[in-house]
Amino acid sequence: MELFIQRVFDGLQAGAIYAILALAIVVIFRASGLLNFAQGELAMFTTFVAWAMLDAGLPWWAATILSTVVGFIIGAVLYRLLIVRLGGPAGNPLAIVIVTIGLFLILNDGAGIIWGSNPAKVPRIFGDGRVEFLGAGISVQVIGLLAVLAVLVVGFGLLFQRTKLGLALRAVTSNQESAALVGIKVVSTLMIGWGLAAAIGSIAGTFTASQNLSVDTNMMQIALIYAFAAATLGGFDSPLGAVVGGLIIGLVSELVVGYVDIIGPDLRLLPGFVLVLVVLLVRPQGIFGSAQVARA
Amino acid sequence: MTALAVRDVQAGYGPVQVLTGVSLDVSAGEVVVVLGANGAGKTTLLRAISGMIPVQGSVQLDGAEVAGRRPEDLLRLGVAHVPQGRGTFNDLTVDDNLRVGGFTRSADEVAADAERWLDLFPRLRERREQLAGSMSGGEQQMLAIARALMSRPSLLLLDEPSLGLAPLVTRDVFDSIQSIVAELGTGVLVVEQNANLALGIADRGYVLETGTVVSSGTAAELSADDSIRRAYLGV
Repeated sequence: MELFIQRVFDGLQAGAIYAILALAIVVIFRASGLLNFAQGELAMFTTFVAWAMLDAGLPWWAATILSTVVGFIIGAVLYRLLIVRLGGPAGNPLAIVIVTIGLFLILNDGAGIIWGSNPAKVPRIFGDGRVEFLGAGISVQVIGLLAVLAVLVVGFGLLFQRTKLGLALRAVTSNQESAALVGIKVVSTLMIGWGLAAAIGSIAGTFTASQNLSVDTNMMQIALIYAFAAATLGGFDSPLGAVVGGLIIGLVSELVVGYVDIIGPDLRLLPGFVLVLVVLLVRPQGIFGSAQVARA
Repeated sequence: MTALAVRDVQAGYGPVQVLTGVSLDVSAGEVVVVLGANGAGKTTLLRAISGMIPVQGSVQLDGAEVAGRRPEDLLRLGVAHVPQGRGTFNDLTVDDNLRVGGFTRSADEVAADAERWLDLFPRLRERREQLAGSMSGGEQQMLAIARALMSRPSLLLLDEPSLGLAPLVTRDVFDSIQSIVAELGTGVLVVEQNANLALGIADRGYVLETGTVVSSGTAAELSADDSIRRAYLGV
């Protein structure tokens, strides 16, 4: 029983990271109908920025918050300087996907050149404490991570459904041309969307680093693959879906690897993706995704 | 008072010049129809006026030059454009479409105006929580017009409101346009293939051929003109 509880929390811990990164992917997708393959590397880059601040003497929590702000600015500037020139949501999606993959490589190598490719040490953001839960020792880190995730999901749900900015983001996604015709400043709105996504991503990055106790240039790559799986599972247009999808994939991976002998750590990626495949066969739009409706 | 004055406007797409010099006026409270065959430049004219494409020449709103301004700025100056194919936000609900239509206005004004247009279009009230994309063409057209009115425009541009609608539904839509103008004093510039219906509610009209105005007059004059009757009224 203790081992089971332990594995559940390990799964939730990994899943929460995928969930946060998936949330970033979903925010960009909802705001602009695009996929940003550099989302993970952006998170890695801002995590190095956080590490640099830590190295300069700031406490880790302050560095995390500041790097989130830096992430917002990088995301917004990236949209304005790069994606707008490629036509934004109205541009050729393939060209934009290729550019985000290029950005992936640039950020990865760039971080290596600036900060070196050896892992740098970072502390746990919520400290090393543990609490007893049903006989298992659960780290304060996991509880803090899940709390941050809950705040993010509620916050973004409210943002999209209850605020004028959320309405503008949804309108721009739905019909960019009409959005301009109702007076929405499309470019500024999308800059905010990309900025928010990069900010959420940097939270995923600093938490990953907190969990690994180190930051290195390749730390977000597997997480990005899981995050795409999570967004697919939950539904690309649903923030709640992204989070539920991330948690499910984290849990399933951890439990299957833990309890099914033939699937060892080498096949760690397999169970999550089999699950995604099965769900998509039954429900192509994902668990919480909305099916496209259009009546001619 | 002249709400819109267009003078020698030229516009097109890349190297293709569609409008070769169009001039027309719309006064407050007046319905003006633009007739023309496919490819005459009717849609391009509306897109040029609402800032969706670059223009040369002069576009004046209430006397102020606005040529070259962007759609989001022109909306704030009182221009609302219902594009061809309606331009509703398909994956937003009817309520959200109305809210987004009033994007530049305060929440109180939006709530009050939404009630008003839901009264005018009772079909929309029944479908407030429904996604716009799942409604019929006629309902979407009514929503598109209601959405445009949410910005309280002084000039409403309508691009083929009858497109894809059954004749009876088209009549409903035109009747509601007429009652809106009577109530609000909005100037309306409507592009339409259904010349009979359009001339029925219009005060004046222009005939567009290959990017330029070839004829203009009151609705009665245009209806009586033999060449126009043959070309656009099918009699």
